[in-house]
Amino acid sequence: MEFFFEVLIGGLLAGVMYSLIALGFVLIYKASGVFNFAQGAMVLFAALTFVNLVERGLPFWLAFAATLAVMALLALLVERLVLRPLANQPPMSLFMATIGLAIVIEGVGQLVWGSKAYGLDLGIKDVPFELGGVRVSQFDLFAAAVAGTLVTALSIFFSRAATGRALRAVADDHQAAMSIGIPLPRMWRIVWAISGAVALVTGLLWGSRLGVQFGLVVVALKALPVLILGGFTSVAGAIVGGLIIGASEKLAEIYLGRYIGGGIENWFPYIFAMLFLLVRPHGLFGERRIERV
Amino acid sequence: MNVRMLVKRSLAGAALGLAATMALPAGATPNEQYFPMIGWRTGPLTPLGVNVAAGWIDYMDLLNKRDGGINGVKLTWEECETAYKVDRGVECYQRLLRNGPTGASAYNPISTGVVYALLDRTTTDKVPIVTIGSGRTDTTDGSVFPFVFPLGTNYLSTNTVKIKFIGMQEGGMDKLKGKKIVNLHMDSAGGRETIPLLDAQARKYGFEVTHISVAMPGSEQQSAWLEIRRIKPDWVILREWGVAPAVALKTAEKTGFPLNRIVGVPFAGTEDDLIPAGSSAKGFYVVHPMPTGEFPVTQEIRKHLYAGGNKGNLQDMSRMGLIYYNMGLTYGVLNTEAVRTAQKKFGNKPLTGEQIRWGLENLNLDEKRLRELGVWGLVQTIRTSCRDHEGGGAAKVYQWDGAKLVQVSDWIMADKAITRPLIEESSAKYAKEKGITPRDCSKE
Repeated sequence: MEFFFEVLIGGLLAGVMYSLIALGFVLIYKASGVFNFAQGAMVLFAALTFVNLVERGLPFWLAFAATLAVMALLALLVERLVLRPLANQPPMSLFMATIGLAIVIEGVGQLVWGSKAYGLDLGIKDVPFELGGVRVSQFDLFAAAVAGTLVTALSIFFSRAATGRALRAVADDHQAAMSIGIPLPRMWRIVWAISGAVALVTGLLWGSRLGVQFGLVVVALKALPVLILGGFTSVAGAIVGGLIIGASEKLAEIYLGRYIGGGIENWFPYIFAMLFLLVRPHGLFGERRIERV
Repeated sequence: MNVRMLVKRSLAGAALGLAATMALPAGATPNEQYFPMIGWRTGPLTPLGVNVAAGWIDYMDLLNKRDGGINGVKLTWEECETAYKVDRGVECYQRLLRNGPTGASAYNPISTGVVYALLDRTTTDKVPIVTIGSGRTDTTDGSVFPFVFPLGTNYLSTNTVKIKFIGMQEGGMDKLKGKKIVNLHMDSAGGRETIPLLDAQARKYGFEVTHISVAMPGSEQQSAWLEIRRIKPDWVILREWGVAPAVALKTAEKTGFPLNRIVGVPFAGTEDDLIPAGSSAKGFYVVHPMPTGEFPVTQEIRKHLYAGGNKGNLQDMSRMGLIYYNMGLTYGVLNTEAVRTAQKKFGNKPLTGEQIRWGLENLNLDEKRLRELGVWGLVQTIRTSCRDHEGGGAAKVYQWDGAKLVQVSDWIMADKAITRPLIEESSAKYAKEKGITPRDCSKE
């Protein structure tokens, strides 16, 4: 039984890491209805910028602040050069634009920071400790705390701050939001900048585990089943979806994988999410949209 | 290199090429040997693609600048970007096939997936595929695969070196009896390649082997390592690449498995894989058929390509002498030596892929020749034949000390007595499936 709980807790903590990636997607989808294919590239670019600044002698917090500024600048450029010219275009056009954006961000990252892989030490050892007979990773607990803080901060921002409430209005109805004087371009800049900040935190945590390397981009795909399960528009859904996906894929790998050849944890979440879609197409926390046609 | 310089160089190169073409009499063939380079400088395996290409191009550039090419024939090359994707690899193959005065000399895809996809095409198109340190192992049997060359050390050979090394650590091969070994492998064609061999070795030496697969890209491996902890193996063989090795080593640390009981394949343990893992990987062993470090040829490259502020193909000089760059040098050495060997039979002129295939099948790189080339210690002695397209079979073992790879063994020779029957069994099966009549190597 201890082994079962170890797998379960390990899975839940791994799920928190997936939630972090999913959060970036949710923020942008909420505000603009765009599935941002470039989120993985943003994670890579943020982590690359951070480690290169640290390597050039900047202290941790200064490098963190400078990278936040770079991500804010990126948000500004995305709004000016990609979103504004495509305003009022079908969502598919915006989605296609983010595919192009992903290629550009990855290319610029390589051009500016080079192609080598970096180690990233956040000062938290990834060694286990015993908790009631179950081994738990210190790093995973730290990641869970960071994710929890981030979600709480974002929830407060969306419910209490004026900008946060404006973003919710934009997410609800662009036309209505504009009619009451909410500037859409400014809102887009803000939400892309927040998403950039989330990408930086995600990049640091994932980069600390995988190393800061170009393979970080593919990690973003881990967010897809989480989004399907949790819903594309819910911050809480990203967390709950991540936990369910993390736990189920680990348990499936251990208890089901041995009967079907193993190596199933990569595709199992997609099957799980697909089955879930059949029952609840808008996800656990997603908005159920009914449109008059 | 900045953008302006890159544009200037490209324009200068294009102008030079145009001038050279215009200077040729009508109908004359340029005196050039053309190499298509299916590789990548983008995507998840960027450091591998960038640095292997740099080593390979630098070596060809060295021959051009220092020696005027190979016996007067200039080497030319063209890169095609695959982003490490099989479909794009096949597209690149097709696109570059007929370029150059005599078509493609040889393909070196550095991707087992691409090798599998092109296997049937090579004989039809009569262009060899060279798969140094990768590819499909049964192509070692040249009687069935005349156009494919897993030169140096194929997957099975590397694996027997690992088992030999484990035996050495345990105090002899007889001490392997009763030991538990886990083969943690990627769930792909290349990842599964060594399963039959390990099963055969387990029967021969009496150890117990468990195969655990990890789904690509391997960014989460907690389940696998919890399973490993439950099995309590004496050794783990790490057959992973890309982002996976760093994850595996960190997860091993997280689950409390000792790092000095893990032996990795070459692509799990280059500096670019281990730097991200950092001190978590300290103690990890890795087998390398293409070693790390600088050799006389590296000094020649520095002198002829990089001295006086000049630039070769390598953008980040800190990568010179590391595994991936040296891998590229090895690609350069083996491909160009095949051209040189083929020239002895067909003359000092641009050769076709079919003629270079003959060169690849008659390579003889002994210590004397390797010393002449300045690659003794980097490239192992290689002698190929119709029967044996591998030609070598040795590898060195390194250990990560937290910051660099430290050599802990000299060349260890593969156990070919166990690999050869498996290779022949597999190639015979392929020949039967495809209706191929194997060549009679005694008549070659």
